[in-house]
Amino acid sequence: MARTEIRIAGFGGQGVILSGYIFGKAASLFDDKFATLIQSFGPEARGSACSAQVIISDEPIDYPYIRKPDINVVISQEAFTKYGRDLKPGGILITEEHMVSVGNGALKDYDHYTVPATQIADQLGRRIVMNMVVVGCFTAVTGLLKKYAVRKAVEDSIPKGTEELNLKAFERGYKHGMKLKKEREARAIQ
Amino acid sequence: MKADKETVLTGAHFIDGDHAACEGAIAAGCKFVAGYPITPSTEVVERIALRFPLVGGIFIQMEDEIASSIAIQGAVWAGKKAMTVTSGPGFSLMMEHIGYAAITETPCVFINVQRGGPSTGLPTLPAQADMMQARWGSHGDYEIIAIVPNSPQECFDLTIRAFNLSEEYRVPVLVMMDECVGHMTEKVVIPEARQIDIVERKFTKKPPGEYKMFETNGTMVPEMVKVGDGYRTHLTGLTHDEQGYPAMSPKVQQRMLRRLVDKILLNEEKIRHIEEDHVEGADVVVISYGITSRVVLPAVNKARKEGVKVGHIRLITVWPFPESYIRELAKKVSAFVVPELNLGQIVHEVERCAAGNAVMQLVPHAGGAVHAPEDIYDTIKGVIEHA
Repeated sequence: MARTEIRIAGFGGQGVILSGYIFGKAASLFDDKFATLIQSFGPEARGSACSAQVIISDEPIDYPYIRKPDINVVISQEAFTKYGRDLKPGGILITEEHMVSVGNGALKDYDHYTVPATQIADQLGRRIVMNMVVVGCFTAVTGLLKKYAVRKAVEDSIPKGTEELNLKAFERGYKHGMKLKKEREARAIQ
Repeated sequence: MKADKETVLTGAHFIDGDHAACEGAIAAGCKFVAGYPITPSTEVVERIALRFPLVGGIFIQMEDEIASSIAIQGAVWAGKKAMTVTSGPGFSLMMEHIGYAAITETPCVFINVQRGGPSTGLPTLPAQADMMQARWGSHGDYEIIAIVPNSPQECFDLTIRAFNLSEEYRVPVLVMMDECVGHMTEKVVIPEARQIDIVERKFTKKPPGEYKMFETNGTMVPEMVKVGDGYRTHLTGLTHDEQGYPAMSPKVQQRMLRRLVDKILLNEEKIRHIEEDHVEGADVVVISYGITSRVVLPAVNKARKEGVKVGHIRLITVWPFPESYIRELAKKVSAFVVPELNLGQIVHEVERCAAGNAVMQLVPHAGGAVHAPEDIYDTIKGVIEHA
C-alpha cells in the first residue's frame, strides 16, 4: 500500500482528533505500517471546525501533511462546506447521515458512504461514542487497516471503564459499513 | 552508565514530538524542569508535570522564562540533571542565562519548539527561524551545541543525546524542534533502559582543600562538585580564574574564553551528527535540517528519477557547524540548495564554508507551514540548468 492520506473533519468535541489518533495508532502499533498524525491546533480544536490529518503508508513518511486526501471523513455541516469536496477523484467520502446534508452538489466523483452515527450512538445510550461508530464504519468501508488493529487501538486509547460501550459503538459502525460495502458490491455486479 | 529502568517507559508508543522529548529527558536522568508553558512547547511540560511525580523529579512552573532558565542551573549545581522548555518569545527571554550556563560551564538542556516570529508571531505554526539566535542570542563569545530532530522518535533519541553532550562538555545544549515536529504524532520506540547509554556527571574525587572549580588538568572540561558537599564553590557570570573567583584581566579572559570555545570547536568532528544520502558523485547537494529534511525528500527523489545527480545532507547537529565537512564537500559539487523555514540563516554558514567553490541557492520560507516540495524541486532543476 502506497501513501494514503486521510482527513477527518468535524467540530471540536466530536472526537475528531481521537478518531485520527486511533487510525494512526492502529496502523503504526498494531498493523505494521507507518503513520503520521497532524491535528489542527488552537481554538478550532475546542468547538469550531476541527480536523485531523493522518497519513498511512507501508514506507516511512516523508512529507508530513496531506496534500489531497484519498479518504475524507466529514461529521459536521461546517466541515463539509469547508472540506467536503477537497478529495481525490475516486476517493472515499464518509459523512454522518444526519449531521451532514450533502445537498444537490454532484458527489459522483467520489465513493460516498453515509453513516447514521449519532442515531446509533443514541441507541447505545451515549451520543459521545458517535465517533467510535464512525471509526467502525471507516474500518469496514476502506479496508485500509485490519479490524483487530483498529479495535485494539480503540481499547488502548479510551478512558478505562468505557471499553464496553466504545467497542459496542465500534462494532455497530463496522457492521453498518460492511452492509454498505456489500450493497455497493452487489450493485456493481448488476 | 545505563538509564534507570524504573523511569524509562519501554515500549512502542504513538505520541507527539513534545511528549517524546519529555520521555527522552526522563530516560536521560533529568530530575528537575522549570518552565513557563508556551505554545507549541506546552505539551512537553504538561507531560513532565504528569510524569515527574512518578519518577522522583521536580517540576516548577515558574513566574517567567528568565526565572526558569536560571532555576535549572541552580538544580544542576545541587547535583541534578535539569532542563527548561520554551518557544518563541520565551526563548528570547532565556538568552541571558544561556550565556550564564556557557560561562559557568553548567551542563543543562534547553528545548526550543520553534514557531513563527518575530515577537509573538505564529504561536501554533512552525518555523526554523531561531537557528542563529540559538548560536548567537546571548551576548559575548561562546559556543553551544544545537541539535535538530525531524520526528517524534528523534525528539526522544536526541533529547537523551542532548543531556549526554551537556555532561560531556559542560555546555548548554539546545534541542531545536519546531511546531510541526513537536505536534506531529508518530510511532516512538523507547528501548529498554539497559540499551540507553547515559553520560553521568564527572564529579571530582579530590578532597575539598585541593579542588579548584575550573582547573582542567590537561583536559578541556573541568570536574564538578555538588554545592553543599563541603567544597568551596563560587560561581559567577564574571570572568573568573581556576578557583571561580572574579579575575577581570585580558589574560584570564583570553584563557577562559579560549577554552570555552575550544572545548566545543576542537571536538566538532566528535560532536558532528550528519545523515548523508547519495552525496558521493552528486552535482547538487541539498542541505537541510529538522522538519525540512523530510519535506525535501519527494523533491530529491523526483529529481533523481529524472537523472539529476542530487545528494542530500541532513544536519542533525547544526551547532557546532560542520565547517571542515562542508568546505571539503564544496570542492566536489557544483551547487548547494539550502531550504529552511526562514529567510536565510544556515545558508550563510554553508556559503561561508563553501568559500565560492559551489553555487549557493537558498529556498526561503517565511514560516507558518512547510515548503511545498515542488518549490525545492524547481530550485534543484534551476540550479542544474545554470550551474
